[in-house]
Parts: sequence; C-alpha cells; structure tokens
Amino acid sequence: MSETIYRRMKDLPSTHLLGAGTATCAGCGGLQALHQIYDVFGDKTVFINAAGCMTLLSVYPFTPFSGSWLYTAMGSAPAGAQGVRDALDILQAKKRMPASEDLTAVVLSGDGSAYGMGVSSTSGAIDRNLDFLYICYDNEGYGNTGQQFSCATPHGAKTATSTGASGYPGFKKDLFSLWVANKPAYVATVIGSEPLDLARKVEKAKKIKGPRLLIALAPCPTGWGFDPEQSSEIGKLAVKTGIWPLKEYSDGQVVHSKIPKNRLPVEDYLQRQGRFAHLFKPQRNEALLQGIQRRIDDYWRDIDGT
Amino acid sequence: MNRQLMTGNAAAAWGARLADIDYVPAFPITPQTEIIETLSSWFDSGAMQGRMTVLESEHSMITAAGAAAATGVRVFTATSSQGLLHAMEMIYTVAGWRAPFVLVNVSRGLSAPITLEPDHNDVLAARDSGFLQLHCSTCQEVLDSVLMAYRLAEHAEVRLPVIVNQDGFYLSFTREPVQIPDQDQAKAFVGPYDGANIRFRASMPESQAVAVLGGSPYSYFRYECHLAMQQALSVYAEVAEEFEQRFGRYHGIIESFQAEDADYLYVMMGCFATKAKQAVLSLREAGVKIGLLRPRLLRPFPAQQLIDACAGKKALAVIDQNLSMGKGGVLHAELTSVLYGQSDAPPVVASFIGGLGGRDISQEEFFRIAEVLQIAGKSGQTPQPRLLYTQEEWTEFKKLQSIAVYERHEQKEQP
Ligand SMILES: Cc1ncc(C[n+]2csc(CCOP(=O)(O)OP(=O)(O)O)c2C)c(N)n1
Ligand code: SF4
Repeated sequence: MSETIYRRMKDLPSTHLLGAGTATCAGCGGLQALHQIYDVFGDKTVFINAAGCMTLLSVYPFTPFSGSWLYTAMGSAPAGAQGVRDALDILQAKKRMPASEDLTAVVLSGDGSAYGMGVSSTSGAIDRNLDFLYICYDNEGYGNTGQQFSCATPHGAKTATSTGASGYPGFKKDLFSLWVANKPAYVATVIGSEPLDLARKVEKAKKIKGPRLLIALAPCPTGWGFDPEQSSEIGKLAVKTGIWPLKEYSDGQVVHSKIPKNRLPVEDYLQRQGRFAHLFKPQRNEALLQGIQRRIDDYWRDIDGT
Repeated sequence: MNRQLMTGNAAAAWGARLADIDYVPAFPITPQTEIIETLSSWFDSGAMQGRMTVLESEHSMITAAGAAAATGVRVFTATSSQGLLHAMEMIYTVAGWRAPFVLVNVSRGLSAPITLEPDHNDVLAARDSGFLQLHCSTCQEVLDSVLMAYRLAEHAEVRLPVIVNQDGFYLSFTREPVQIPDQDQAKAFVGPYDGANIRFRASMPESQAVAVLGGSPYSYFRYECHLAMQQALSVYAEVAEEFEQRFGRYHGIIESFQAEDADYLYVMMGCFATKAKQAVLSLREAGVKIGLLRPRLLRPFPAQQLIDACAGKKALAVIDQNLSMGKGGVLHAELTSVLYGQSDAPPVVASFIGGLGGRDISQEEFFRIAEVLQIAGKSGQTPQPRLLYTQEEWTEFKKLQSIAVYERHEQKEQP
C-alpha cells in the first residue's frame, strides 16, 4: 500500500458526503464504516440497497446521500447493480450519455443479505464479472428485525432466535473465502474503528474494476448489547483479539493488512457484550470460551507463526 | 409488408426487435426459451444493438429489468409459470418503482403437480401487482401487442410495466402467418425511450424507491399506481387506434365476435377463444344467437366496456383457464363483480373451468356449454360452476391411479 495518499489520520477526507441525522441507532458501527467508505469512494455512485437497517437511511422525502439510491429487496441487490451497470454501459455505447455522467454501482446490504438470502444473486454477479462494489456491514445478525441469528452470527452468541444456554450453535460463515474462491477483483475486511486501514482499502477498491467486496464488521450496540459510546472501543478489541482479521485479496493473493501483535485474549472482547454474558455468568462456560479462543489461535497460527 | 410463418415465441422476439429495445435480462424456462434464444442470436449477428445478460434467476432477472429501465434504457424480458412466481416479489417491487418495460409471459400451469403445459394461473398470480396485462390469442397479436405495450408502459400518464401474455404451446410453438411491420414504421410508432424523471446520472442524483414511514405516503403512492393503471384504459384506446391507422390491424380492449345481437355469450381470454369462435360460427348456422367476448386487457380491468357489451344478454358463460383455489374461476369473479347492481346485467353468469394444464376444450364442449346457457337463459337459474371433464377422462385417470397404486404395492411401500 505504498502508493496510498492516506498516510496519517489527517489525510482522511472530511467531506461528510453522507448527511447527518439518520435514523440508525446511536453508535451504529455500520453507519460509522459507511460514512468513511462514502467519503473516500465519492458520490459518483448509485447505492443499490437490500432490506436491512440502512434501508431506513433514505426515508421519503429525505436522503442523506449526495449521490443516487435505489432500494431493491433483500435477495437481489446485486442484480439491481447488474441492471444499472448494463444500462449505463448501453447508454454510453449508444452515445445517449457521456462518459462523464457515469456512476459506480454500489450494493449496500447487511450480513443477512450478503451471507444468506443474497448469495445466489451475488454469486451470479461474480460469475458475470460485474463491475460493482459490494459493501456489507456485518452486524452478525438480522439487525433490522431485532437481531435474530444469521449465518454471520458468531458461535455462542445469544440472539433473538438463539436464546439457549449456549447461544448460537453454528459458526460464522466465511464470506471472505466464499468470494475469494471465485477469484473476484477485490475483497477486503474493514472496520470503522480502523479508519486508515479502511481508507486505504477503499482507495484501492476504487481503482479496480470488476466485482469488489468490502466487509465491514459493524459493532451494533442494540443487537450486541453494549453502550453506544463503546462502539469504537469494541471495534478495536475485535481487531486486537484477532477475532476480526483485517485483510484483503487482490491479484490472487490474500494479505493481512494488520497483524495484531500480542493478541489480547478474546474474552476481553466477549465480556463487553450482552450477547456473550451467558458465557461468564452465572458461571464461566469454559469449554465454549476455550473453543472460541482455539479457533482464533488456529486461524492466526499460519499467519503470524504463533 | 413482410409476411412469415412464425411461432408465438418468434413473434414476441420480433416485437422486441421492432420496438428497438436496448436490453434483455434473461433466464430460461420452457416454453419461453425460444424467445430469448432468438433475441440472443440477433444480438450475436448484429441484427440488434444492445445487450443481453443472462441472470441466475427470475428474481434477479426482474430486479435487473426494473433497475435498467429506471436507469434509462428500453427493456424487454420474458418468462413463464414458476419463473414468474419466483420473481413475484420483484414483480410487485418494480411496478412500485414505476419502471416501464415489457415482459412476455408464456403461460404455463403451476406446480404442483409440475407440468409443462399451459393455463392462466401463472399470469393471474400477478394480477394485483401493478403490471398491466395484455392477453393474446394469435401470434400476430403477440407481435403487435409487444409494440403497443411499449407505448403504454412509457406513456407519461401510465409509466408502469406491462405483461404481454400468450398461451404456452398453443401459441408459443404454433406457427401462424404473421405480418412483420416495417422496422422504420415500427420505430416511428413506438418512439424513442423517454426515461423522463427516472434515470441515474452523475450530474443528477436521484433516489428511487425509498422507504416511507406511515400509511399516508404509502397509500398515496399505491393509489397513484392504481390511478395510473386506470388511466391506461383511455391511453390504450388511443394507442390501439393509432396502431390501426399505421398498420391496418385493430386490437381493441375487448374483442367482440358476433356479440352485438347475441343472446348468449362465451367470455374468455387467450387463444382458446379462437376455438370458441369456431363454435359460434357453427351454432349461428344452427340458429343459436351466441357470440364471444374476449377481454384483451385484464389489468386495468375494462369494467365499463364489459358492462356495456354484456348488457341485455340472456346468459353468459365465463370459461376460465385458471382456478382460484377455494373460489373458482378468476375471470368469472372479476366479471360478476362489475355486473353486480347493473340494471340490464344478464341474469345468468355461469362459470366453467377448462383447459387446465393444457387440457383441450373440444367443440362438443363449447356446444354443450351453449345448451346449458340456453336452458339457464330460459329458467333464469344460474347453474353450479363446472369443471370441464369428460367421463372418458375420468376413466383414463382412474386407470393411471390403479397403475400407481399397483406399483406402490408391488414395491411393498406404504400407500
Ligand atoms: C424477502 C424478505 N424476507 C424478510 C424480510 C424482513 N427483513 C427486513 S430487514 C431483515 C434483516 C436483514 O438483515 P441483514 O441483511 O443482516 O441487515 P440488517 O438488518 O442487520 O441491517 C429482514 C429479515 C424482507 N424484507 N424480505
Ligand atoms: S440495529 Fe445495529 S446495525 Fe442496525 S442501525 Fe442499530 S446499531 Fe446499526
């Protein structure tokens, strides 16, 4: 990333392309990431949205976007991006629109859509090598409907539909690998609490054509059970404990952009959130905690040699 | 003028080609495939300029169609049956976007049991979506209707998508002589695509299909759709007239065949109406004053036109190629609802269900229906709704059942 213009925090744009006063919850990590992505990517975009929390950003007659917006449905936002992209290409080819009027098609969805209902549509878009950017804010559940588990929910988390003593029995799906396996143009994980890392990745994604994905872990005070003012802190802990690896894929290679030195125990992250409270109280669920830690250790062993 | 033998599917493809479309999002399903294969070959050969994108499902296909139309290009697509149902969420959605494009549906019965053969339950499932519906009975009408549909869809006072429906197999794969309008004349008739206020441009940011909170903006937008749909009736009348002036063929809101002086009417949609016409001719020879009404538009529903056309008749037979489970024939329900309370409405509106899953309706059955109508017309008593099904069919089906049961016992399975 030597060619980046984002070397220090003061290099970050302060354009605020996304207006203030939106209807998301206080401390929404998804919104935090979106603000930053939008400022770097710019507003020559048309956001194609799938049902989720961010659908309520644009509520008639207001919109916080200075660019364009199209709400589709939960299952097919990438197909909406296909239609927009194809139409813009046709208009330029038939000289009914100058190239200066062109836009980037940007899909915006939560994890429920990106990891689940929208996978068929996403898969098709990748197969067709669609030139679009997919932004998934990953709050690890169906946030808009009250934080039921999705296939992005981490093992052991309590959600509205995994209320048992051990929380969600499944394991978070690896969306990054799912995309990478199909050799798209670019895939990266980001988080709003690491703005420099995020800006550099968006900067890169902007220069590339083809299917591109940014997965932003989105600390969600409402769904995860923590005080809104701790949102960035929780985000930082996700990176420092290694539970949210910051990495990117391009040119056939996966590179970690930030390898946490002296990784903190995952407990430091888990015990700050209501959704994991049952792992500590009334008594520690040692087996589950160790299982979670072991999987994180296994992940990093190959990468940092620990 | 160029006249060729062609299938309904080829006619649909010709309609799209002559309408100078830009974009075809596609997904295959029998019996629609020939339409997209034909268009695909024309894009490949350079006979058509634009783009075809094969999506991974109809849900995505309709999403892409709506998104492209909202961006500012002329879109054509086609589907059938399960495909239309798979897309149903987006059928409602893109109509709400007011995205003007044309979808040809090649009617085919719905699962379960799965079948390839036609009836109208698929297209009727989209009845309340906000798509206009044009129902065809000949291959010529398919081609002409596609051209007319673009005029309707893109009209400033309508701006809604349109379904042009043709019966699977009976039309989709039957060759008939079709006049192919001259390309320039067709282009002049359809006109250039006018995206007006719906398009995405860097210099002109737009927000489309944003959320609303509360019932009052929601009611407003939904009702606007309804009014636009109703407006489409008078727009259709103009378009049909202009089409006749330019091409010499008239496709009215309702096709009326020997109906004016008739005492009795068959009322039905789609290509089986051509069989009903044959029956009308024979019955007229025998002195029965019967005729046919075939609504070409189901949405918007041509209520007044039907009320007028049915006024003073002794008895109607509505023949539905569909079945609304737990209710009966859809057209029958639609028609009786508008006739109710009209002073000179026919006293008898009988319901017949026929032609499900490709089952033929024979001339004898049309004659039998006419007999029932004459009896009912005299007594003033509306007969019970009836499924067209013969003793012979019943026997044949019982035979199939006995084979199925026998096989199951042979394999020692639980029945
Ligand atoms: C077809 C369909 N099923 C269900 C819903 C209800 N629904 C709206 S938002 C939502 C959750 C979406 O979850 P996610 O994609 O993770 O986004 P988030 O709500 O977390 O922002 C659901 C289930 C819907 N809109 N459409
Ligand atoms: S529920 Fe979570 S993701 Fe959704 S708006 Fe609230 S904080 Fe953001």
